[in-house]
Amino acid sequence: MFRKLLVANRGEIARRIIAVVRGMGLSAVAVYSDADAELPYVKEADEAVRLGPAPAKDSYLNIPALIEAAKSTGADAVHPGYGFVSESAEFATACKAAGITFVGPPAEAMLRMKDKSVARGIVQAAGVPVVPGSEGIVPDVASALAEAEKIGYPVLVKAAGGGGGIGMTVANSAVELEKAFRQSSDRARAAFGRDGVYVERYFPAPRHIEVQILGDHHGHLIHCLERECSIQRRHQKVVEEAPAPLFAGGQHAALQARLFDAAVKAARAFGYANAGTCEFLYSDGEIYFIEMNARLQVEHPVTELTTGLDLIRWQLRIAAGEHLTVMQEDVRRTGAALEFRIYAEDPVKFFPSPGPLKVFEPPTGEGVRLDSGYGAGNLVTPNYDPMIAKLIISGATRAEAIARADAALSAFKVEGIKTNIPLHLRILRDAAFVAGELDTKFLDKHAKA
Amino acid sequence: MADVAAHITGTVWKIEVKVGQAVSAGEVLVILESMKMEMPVEATDGGTVKEIRVTEAQAVNEGDVLVVLG
Repeated sequence: MFRKLLVANRGEIARRIIAVVRGMGLSAVAVYSDADAELPYVKEADEAVRLGPAPAKDSYLNIPALIEAAKSTGADAVHPGYGFVSESAEFATACKAAGITFVGPPAEAMLRMKDKSVARGIVQAAGVPVVPGSEGIVPDVASALAEAEKIGYPVLVKAAGGGGGIGMTVANSAVELEKAFRQSSDRARAAFGRDGVYVERYFPAPRHIEVQILGDHHGHLIHCLERECSIQRRHQKVVEEAPAPLFAGGQHAALQARLFDAAVKAARAFGYANAGTCEFLYSDGEIYFIEMNARLQVEHPVTELTTGLDLIRWQLRIAAGEHLTVMQEDVRRTGAALEFRIYAEDPVKFFPSPGPLKVFEPPTGEGVRLDSGYGAGNLVTPNYDPMIAKLIISGATRAEAIARADAALSAFKVEGIKTNIPLHLRILRDAAFVAGELDTKFLDKHAKA
Repeated sequence: MADVAAHITGTVWKIEVKVGQAVSAGEVLVILESMKMEMPVEATDGGTVKEIRVTEAQAVNEGDVLVVLG
């Protein structure tokens, strides 16, 4: 095992990793930007190193500064958390070159997963179902129409080389497709200097189901069951849970078995090791692989609370070269857990709401876990994403977890900034949510103020 | 004269207008960035840009005047 671990992240995840590391008898090094010097994780680490000014590119994304911080403190391993450098093959390679263990998958696996069309080809070859679509770039309108006939409408037209929703258009018919093709193609040329588009099946209201993967560097790889993260706003997850309500009461049992099989196949095809997640869309009785995330997920606690596995502890043990001693048949679920992401934002208009945390009184109680990056008196700055904490609630059943969550969220006192706690309460009390009728468009139709 | 103020605390990501430019109501004047979100600031009324009081990458507080329209 390592002696000293540097956490290349901030906020709640840095704090949680530091707690796990110190609990294992190792020492923890925190890194911080000028905006975060006063946050709890910086004080709870054994040592802390300033990276630079507030902007992420000067601090948490600054690879030379991170490597220097690890070298100067004598850290022999680095945990990247999620976001920032967690999926950077460049960072993983820089760690290796400096003789520091990167807690994550091999850099080669990260590279295989990075390019979406390469990743798609790899998993398809392994027999994993993917969203039906064109195999490569569609060069002209006639071929786009032919592809759409095969795939079935509605289709999503995506600019080649695009990302982040730029150059994406939905087409419901051939007429709309001709128009969408021209629009996306123009965008692709203007923004990315590339002609052509991708065409794929568009799902108007799918469910988001994902599978936790854990694998060691000796060829042993398992799944740790599924999570459902269908409650989203602008592609950002808001509430996550395990087990997936989609499978409640033994529904879709055969599909669930295919889901686990597909996730394990995909992870093996990438040559994956350490903790990762395979994300799928569910629509009309089928699942489709979308991507594998080469890192710990924000929502990993719902898996921890229902399987009893400490995923971060396993990440460290695996990175240190230990064998994963958990066998597939050992992974069993007890109860249910829900995670509510607490965002510093207006709960109605969804504007960001940075500011001073004048009051921060989290709830306590049976089944209540809070992973928070902040405490009373801290300043929530506009520099990073708006998630200030995660409230994770477990219960013997989903209904019990929902009841506990209602009590906990109602008792959560935050003053000085606005938070989405009122939105969470609206979600919890929505009949469709209680019934487990979820999809990624849920917030367009439900839980209105 | 109308002062157009920041509706959130953040940094100025982009300034979309120039002094002397005629703008109409609803036109985007400045894009602020806060917590990894882009928040456009629009003109409430039409007019001419008289003054731009911020520069790109500058930190602003909610209520700070960004642009003066006349």
